[in-house]
Amino acid sequence: MRTPVGLAVIGVTVLALPLVAAPYYVTLMLPFMAYGVVLLGFNLLFGYTGLVSFGHALFIGVGAYTGAVLTTKFGVRHMELILLAAALAAAVVAAPVGALCVRYVKIYFGMLTLAFGMVFYTFLLKFYRLTGGDEGMRMLRPHLLGHEWTGFSKTAYLIGPYYYFSLAVLALATLVMWRIVGSPFGLCLKTIRDNPLKAESLGVSVPRHRWYAFMISAVYAAVGGALLATPTGNVDPTLAYWTHSGNIVFMVLLGGFSSFFGPILGAFAFIFLQDTVMSVFPYWRLIFGAVLALIVIVAPGGLMGLFTRRPPVEAARP
Amino acid sequence: MGGVFHAAILFLVAAGLQLVFGVQKIFNLACGSFYALGAYTGVSAVGYFTSHGGPPALFMVPLVVAGLAVGLVGVVVERGLLRFVYDRDETFQLLLTFALVLMLEDLIRMTWGAAPTSTGGLYLGYGQARLLGATVPVYNLIVIAASLAIALGMGWLLTRTAFGRIIRAAADNREMAEALGVDMRWVYVRVFTLGTMLGTLGGALVIPATAAMSEMGIELIVEAFAVVVIGGLGSMRGAFVGALVVGILRSLAISIYPELEMLLIYLIVIAVLLWRPRGLFGTASA
Repeated sequence: MRTPVGLAVIGVTVLALPLVAAPYYVTLMLPFMAYGVVLLGFNLLFGYTGLVSFGHALFIGVGAYTGAVLTTKFGVRHMELILLAAALAAAVVAAPVGALCVRYVKIYFGMLTLAFGMVFYTFLLKFYRLTGGDEGMRMLRPHLLGHEWTGFSKTAYLIGPYYYFSLAVLALATLVMWRIVGSPFGLCLKTIRDNPLKAESLGVSVPRHRWYAFMISAVYAAVGGALLATPTGNVDPTLAYWTHSGNIVFMVLLGGFSSFFGPILGAFAFIFLQDTVMSVFPYWRLIFGAVLALIVIVAPGGLMGLFTRRPPVEAARP
Repeated sequence: MGGVFHAAILFLVAAGLQLVFGVQKIFNLACGSFYALGAYTGVSAVGYFTSHGGPPALFMVPLVVAGLAVGLVGVVVERGLLRFVYDRDETFQLLLTFALVLMLEDLIRMTWGAAPTSTGGLYLGYGQARLLGATVPVYNLIVIAASLAIALGMGWLLTRTAFGRIIRAAADNREMAEALGVDMRWVYVRVFTLGTMLGTLGGALVIPATAAMSEMGIELIVEAFAVVVIGGLGSMRGAFVGALVVGILRSLAISIYPELEMLLIYLIVIAVLLWRPRGLFGTASA
């Protein structure tokens, strides 16, 4: 993974996948890519800034509902516009929410984000006329790159154009995030994570940087949420429920939060593990709970931590 | 009065949460799952009791016994999982309890199935009473009284007994307490089990009034969370007042403007967190 060759192999594999793999597995890649985008953003907050949000599903919900509202109520069918609107909506929501949340750290930050997430969840659930209540809303098939793709059946559309569109979004999101974490801004975030006092005394405005990180991660979550809505074709309030936020943290931990590609690996492992477990045993939460407990206790570095030889004690401190 | 009944149940779960947070500094997301576990065990115990000829009037006996007995899973959870993470970052502790939430939810589904179960018509078995112009099931009054008694009992335990002093010392300064000869492992086991029992008992007591559902745990935890935030993390008095606030506000909101029900409570939670993160009675600093 660390070598360009490894990246190239993975790149060719995902590009060629729709041509060789069964359509079912190709459609499984779609939520993976959507969550990949979400987790990249989430890890900017978790792995790089050291803040654990337990309400991140809020922004997935914002993105998904933006897509649903735009396609069903306003007739906007261009995916590029939808993603842009989702990012914008997330930034608008995240600006005040983030400004309030980043005043706290650790468990208080987690609780505050959880509470905001639940506010949005109850809003989605209770205001039927706007949001469809617990039935949710339909997300109509969006146009990609200005094309309607009318000749394609649902599956053909998803494993063809939509697959490559999602892949492009994920690749772009990865590239942008790579630039962000390598920039002076990204280094500031890491300093804040490791030693906020020192960062402050070096002239880095800690709350301001945390706030920026919060907004960026919210935008990523919303873009991922909008991507996620198309394959399901339906959005409902559970997208914003606190257990969904918990799953997000789970995915990042599964992959490994202390490396750049860990979260993407986590999303991949989560989606495919969930599918495998569910096909043989209906109670996937039991297995996943056990896996999570195992990771927390024995391998806090996640899957990536198993590859890189880093002392687990050091990795255990985000 | 419906609000006070709900508050009585909420207090039990929140008190368990507070106790564990106060001493072990772990925010136990699984306390809602313990509540659900208590509820299901309660249904089974009462079903067993009545089908074996137990008089329906005594159904509270198996209910309470089952609620307390299943609380002993706390020992297993503490020894088997939690003890490994006391010196870890709190994120990992939180996630471990989230793992418990996932596991317990499916364990409950495996054992009792996905369909809601209930104790049938025992709820009104004790008749109804007229109080302040409203009709209230006597069972509700019993539960409210029991919850009050437990609140007083907890207060007595924490302030008047040797074990209570140890608990408070451990909550204040773990190292110092250990240095003075307190076996912390033993304290943690007992505190966590006590906290678990409060949750399972709450679940068992609520069960004649509503059906047991597999989602009840993850729904209750966010309410218990609201209670402890409003009251202040780690404070028993906070749990008591917070439970009353949440229980009563909820029933008021339902009767006045149902859309606002939980929304109102979360907004209060946010307001409390922003202006007074310690909560009304909390001592923990932000």
